[in-house]
Amino acid sequence: MDPDPKKSKFLPSNLLNSNGSSHPQSLFPDEVLEKVLSLIDSHKDRNSVSLVCKDWYNAERWTRSNLFIGNCYSVSPEIVARRFPKIKSVRLKGKPRFSDFDMLPRDWGANVHSWLVMFAKAYPFLEELRLKRMTVSDQSMELLAKSFPHFRALSLSSCDGFTDDGLKAITTHCGNLTELDIRDSVTVDVGGGWLSCFPEDFSSLEILNFSSLNSEVSFEALEKLVSRCRSLRVLKVNESITLDQLQRLLVHAPLLTELGTGSFLQELTPRQYEDIESAFGNSKNLQVLSGLWDATSFYLPVLYGACSGLTFLNLSDAVLQSGELAKLLAHCPNLRRLWVIDTVEDKGLEAVGSSCPLLEELRVFPVDPYDLDHRHGVSEMGFLAVSRGCRKLRYVLYFCRRMTNAAVVTIVQNCPDFTHFRLCIMNPRQPDYLTNETMDEAFGAVAKTCTKLRRLSVSGLLTDTTFEYIGKYAKNLETLSVAFAGSSDRGMQCVLEGCPKLRKLEIRDCPFGNAALLSGLKKYEMMRSLWMSSCNLTMKGCRLLAREMPRLNVEVIKDKGSDEIQADKVYVYRSVAGPRQDAPPVVLTL
Amino acid sequence: MEGMIMAHESDLNLKATELRLGLPGTDECEEMVSAAKNNKRASPESVEESGSKGTSAVKSSEHETAPAPKAQIVGWPPVRSYRKNNLQPKKIESESGIYVKVSMDGAPYLRKIDLKVYKGYPELLKALETMFKLTIGEYSEREGYKGSEYAPAYEDKDGDLMLVGDVPWDMFMSSCKRLRIMKGSEARGLGGAL
Repeated sequence: MDPDPKKSKFLPSNLLNSNGSSHPQSLFPDEVLEKVLSLIDSHKDRNSVSLVCKDWYNAERWTRSNLFIGNCYSVSPEIVARRFPKIKSVRLKGKPRFSDFDMLPRDWGANVHSWLVMFAKAYPFLEELRLKRMTVSDQSMELLAKSFPHFRALSLSSCDGFTDDGLKAITTHCGNLTELDIRDSVTVDVGGGWLSCFPEDFSSLEILNFSSLNSEVSFEALEKLVSRCRSLRVLKVNESITLDQLQRLLVHAPLLTELGTGSFLQELTPRQYEDIESAFGNSKNLQVLSGLWDATSFYLPVLYGACSGLTFLNLSDAVLQSGELAKLLAHCPNLRRLWVIDTVEDKGLEAVGSSCPLLEELRVFPVDPYDLDHRHGVSEMGFLAVSRGCRKLRYVLYFCRRMTNAAVVTIVQNCPDFTHFRLCIMNPRQPDYLTNETMDEAFGAVAKTCTKLRRLSVSGLLTDTTFEYIGKYAKNLETLSVAFAGSSDRGMQCVLEGCPKLRKLEIRDCPFGNAALLSGLKKYEMMRSLWMSSCNLTMKGCRLLAREMPRLNVEVIKDKGSDEIQADKVYVYRSVAGPRQDAPPVVLTL
Repeated sequence: MEGMIMAHESDLNLKATELRLGLPGTDECEEMVSAAKNNKRASPESVEESGSKGTSAVKSSEHETAPAPKAQIVGWPPVRSYRKNNLQPKKIESESGIYVKVSMDGAPYLRKIDLKVYKGYPELLKALETMFKLTIGEYSEREGYKGSEYAPAYEDKDGDLMLVGDVPWDMFMSSCKRLRIMKGSEARGLGGAL
């Protein structure tokens, strides 16, 4: 639809069509329609609104202030600028998720710069920028820092490309900054000097997260910053901050709702121990706690006073044993979300089941993903224990080394409300360890029982039967991740044919070939993206797909030393911007 | 010591008479982690002709795959690299680990490492270099850690300050109480303590 210049149309209400029907949109002056639409936040609702008719499309585009783009290559900055004139906050995602696991070349793309150039021209009132899996250079950060006088919030999740210099530009020039969150963006060269560059009178910060920064920051600068920023509610420091330093920060910021500690290992004097204990005791507003590197049973108790209001406890950096976890959880009855490392073992998870009846989300990460020693970590027993005690569970991410069909069947009977079920049996193609059968029945039970399931990751020894189940039952499924599974093309076909809401499909090391790929021809335009690596695709199949579907971008990444015929890594996504121009040589756009 | 045990074993031919569950000749680490390249690459012609050839390709490649005990597949398990606890050695058997504190002159924080995780000095030094972001340099018996800004030292059971590398690794593991990364200039006097 072509955008019209804004014009006001007010027609008297007695103006009806000759056949007696009314045009509802012409009874509404644009101002009223825009007022109503400006109350709608959800971008999905807004997308629906814009499809009603031309007037609504226009009213919507003039009132949209939050821009969400799930794949930066699906549309171009120019198209966006033309359609939406009044954007104040942007959320942009770039690389496919498997880039988090080092499966993409370094310079694959998703560079934010061309977007920033457009934003600087079209949206000088931009306030917020939230990026995920994008490359952000120092040059881009400088452009950002100098182009938007009202800029308030920068959040970078899983991003790379910047150094200390880029962040310095932000902290030096963004005088109204309320949020600076680099969370899990770990770039090797990022030093800590940027923290010292906030101006002396700067005091607007509300959210500060540099938890994965590998370098030290100046504690003096940090302490001054925290004491100046009276509205600070989220503070997540990195491992370089010690316990006694943390105590001083807490004293300056008793209103914190989210805290990420630094290292929890230090030789403290009894006085220091008391001080930190009372600092935590005074932090009555804490809802979220993370960090806790090197926490041990000796120092964990200093936390207890702050735990009663905790809803999210992130222990994924704390290598704890079962007893330590159990003691800690006894103080956290209101927990909704818990992330732990598998050193807590099944015994620790039993404590979860008995202490956290309100739990909705559990993530268990492996302390050593590459260790083949089966005696450690968690098993089906731990998961079962949690499911018995935590009936409200709806999100699970579980890394384990053994699982059974029977356990999963029971788990989903206990907790039928799963929306996100991500089970990773770490040994590829591992069968049910008790019966030696495939794990088909486990995931069949998940698909059948969990009617609200939106995200699923499968693992273990799986045949096409799993995918038949998924296609047949998982009608709300939006995201599916598959690795080392399936027997033939039929598996993938079942999913493509059966799951109407599928948006993201990522597949690796499965025996799906060109026939499977091409069976989804029509489907891919309704999805955000498809990823297939180390499957049985060939260049010929990919070229055929690209030829048949001109509005899909079909990109192939060749591995080193592979032949002309194989398509090692294939990334397919819908786009109105055409093939991208910035692909590195190793990425072929067909 | 190790040499003596080995000679003894070959006399008794223990391996041949060992009671095991696997077929003779199979390795103990039987759970295989097939490397990515082993994953059924059906021949191009068969793929073009019919996708169902995938099944037979699966079976044949599983047959061929040799057990590779510590083979790592790229991107598997799907764990973010910042979670791989690079700065923290694996605490697999933390009940029996040998934990020592590591301090560095001038740095405000302590680290803790498990000596059992390392197989020898080179691994340990590499880990220290990564952990503290510095270079330690080459060790020599006569001159200690020459030419490097930092030198790793340790406090032993008797409270003496020794240079890391002066004693055999096993002896070091059992006598080291605490590690200290010193400025190179201060460590000069420690070389060749034995």
